[in-house]
Amino acid sequence: MTIEVKNLVKKFGIFAALDGVDLKVDNGELVALLGPSGSGKTTLLRIIAGLDWPDSGEVSFNGEDALAQGARERHVGFVFQHYALFRHMTVFENVAFGLRVQPRAVRKDEAAIRARVKELLDLVQLDWLADRYPSQLSGGQRQRIALARALAIEPRILLLDEPFGALDAKVRKELRRWLRSLHHEINVTSIFVTHDQEEALEVANRVVVMDKGRIEQVGSPEDVYESPASAFVHGFIGESIELPVQVESGVIRLGDRPLALAADGLAPGASRLFVRRHDMLVGPSGSGAFEGAVRQVRNFGPVQRAEVALLGGETIEIDAPRDKELRAGDIVSLNPRRYRIFAG
Amino acid sequence: MQIAEAVPLSPAAAKARAHAAAARDSLRTEPKAVRIVIITLAVLFLTVFVVLPLVVVFAQAVSRGVLAYLAALAEPEALAAIKLTLLVAAISVGLNLVFGLVAAWAIAKFEFTGKTFLITLIDLPFSVSPVISGLVFVLLFGAQGYFGGWLRDHDIQILFAVPGIALATTFVTFPFVARALIPLMQEQGTQEEEAAISLGASGLQTFFRVTLPNIKWGVLYGVLLCNARAMGEFGAVSVVSGHIRGETNTMPLLVEILYNEYQFVAAFAIASLLAMLALITLVAKTVLERHLDEGQDISDH
Repeated sequence: MTIEVKNLVKKFGIFAALDGVDLKVDNGELVALLGPSGSGKTTLLRIIAGLDWPDSGEVSFNGEDALAQGARERHVGFVFQHYALFRHMTVFENVAFGLRVQPRAVRKDEAAIRARVKELLDLVQLDWLADRYPSQLSGGQRQRIALARALAIEPRILLLDEPFGALDAKVRKELRRWLRSLHHEINVTSIFVTHDQEEALEVANRVVVMDKGRIEQVGSPEDVYESPASAFVHGFIGESIELPVQVESGVIRLGDRPLALAADGLAPGASRLFVRRHDMLVGPSGSGAFEGAVRQVRNFGPVQRAEVALLGGETIEIDAPRDKELRAGDIVSLNPRRYRIFAG
Repeated sequence: MQIAEAVPLSPAAAKARAHAAAARDSLRTEPKAVRIVIITLAVLFLTVFVVLPLVVVFAQAVSRGVLAYLAALAEPEALAAIKLTLLVAAISVGLNLVFGLVAAWAIAKFEFTGKTFLITLIDLPFSVSPVISGLVFVLLFGAQGYFGGWLRDHDIQILFAVPGIALATTFVTFPFVARALIPLMQEQGTQEEEAAISLGASGLQTFFRVTLPNIKWGVLYGVLLCNARAMGEFGAVSVVSGHIRGETNTMPLLVEILYNEYQFVAAFAIASLLAMLALITLVAKTVLERHLDEGQDISDH
């Protein structure tokens, strides 16, 4: 099932939750909607599900107008952030719900429903919990039951709203891996919302970065990480060094200091320079674009993190390889292996 | 903490610690004398103002023997009053169950302008004296009222008849069901309903399979209180009933009439029924509250 969204606008009062959103999702994709809270990602998901209605714009599934249908007819599996399991029903009945409410003409008989529920509980590896109530389950178990319940109706599309948002870090990582392999297995077109970049980059085939009701960039996890299309994306995904610079007559300046960096094709005026922390190469003084004094060095993980006070006034943090000799007080030069400059 | 316990204390430190412990205890419990005085006062007050009247009602009712008590209840006038009370309670509880559910649903599940005003309006019957509630209906449906002429032309009797009594009672008892349900439904939110609809359930299926099971104890709680008040309502009903003997007297009205006529046994016999209703309501209320609390625990995701 392909999903196509055209020029979607949704306002709550004067606040534009969605401000002209276009998106195309291909059959079988696993897409992440990534953005800070208030970026409109959940609103977009709810509109696709039919739980909210846009002020204007189009939503179509396989080319047919989805807005002409209510949530009930759309056949979309929706997994809520807080699971929304039916608290007075057992796990079994929760999963069976979608099958039991079908019109009599197409409803399966009891034996078939039982078989299907059993199959789904096996799929999420929780068949032993069939007789429990939601309140007796852990967060991760509830999440998987919510997923099984959504899959029971054989949805054309699977939508997940912050599926791991309410879980602790360890369970979250497990479930991520599990969701990716599950998607591989059932291969239904899926969209999930998250504010966690790691989650988006790790799970999705394609990442849609949103901010303030607009889509900033759509691309593979590698694309959005390696070639961010805007200052927002660069700042939001991955850890970046951000420096305010001036571009004038082919020269980039930090404060009053000209930088030995190419300024070809850059619009003159105030700009922002972005560099990944690990892309700042440390060299002997006088050999690079930036000069600075090392203030502090901390060693942890695969890198050492150094705080460097740059000539020109800014203090930045860089990640250098562990084998690089760095001490507080050293005067060093820094050369960005890769960088991007965005106007504004 | 345990390490600290193992270290021997200097006498001064031990004294300080004992003092602290005593201070801690005195925060939790008053001196014994004070406790006894407070508890005695509470028990005394409840005995004089609650238990004693209740006992007196039953004692008066059977003061001429159980046979006189039963005979008083079997009087046609008494039977008519009991029947009318049950009928009126059934009508008003039924109406308020529907209205209350609708109002609570609207308030808890939708956002709309004027919501706060609607919530205030629901409480109006609680803040207005019942006598005034009754008078309002006289102004509307009485011979000189707004609809009086039209009603007379079409030969419809509302005041001084069952419809008037039922209307007044419904008005006075309206808040109970809505009040019991609004906080419950607000707390539960709309996500389960949304989940049901996205799973293909129709509106009715969603209501009967998801919403109603989640609020059933709240509904019963509201109905119980609504019923108790409906059967016991005096002020509003007194204004619209017309006190026609054997026709428009409910139990509370009959109690007053009989009492004024010095028929104490009959008056207290009817009163004892109302008192029993109160006792049953209290017990049922306690049971329901326990269920409601349990429901709350379960909802605590």
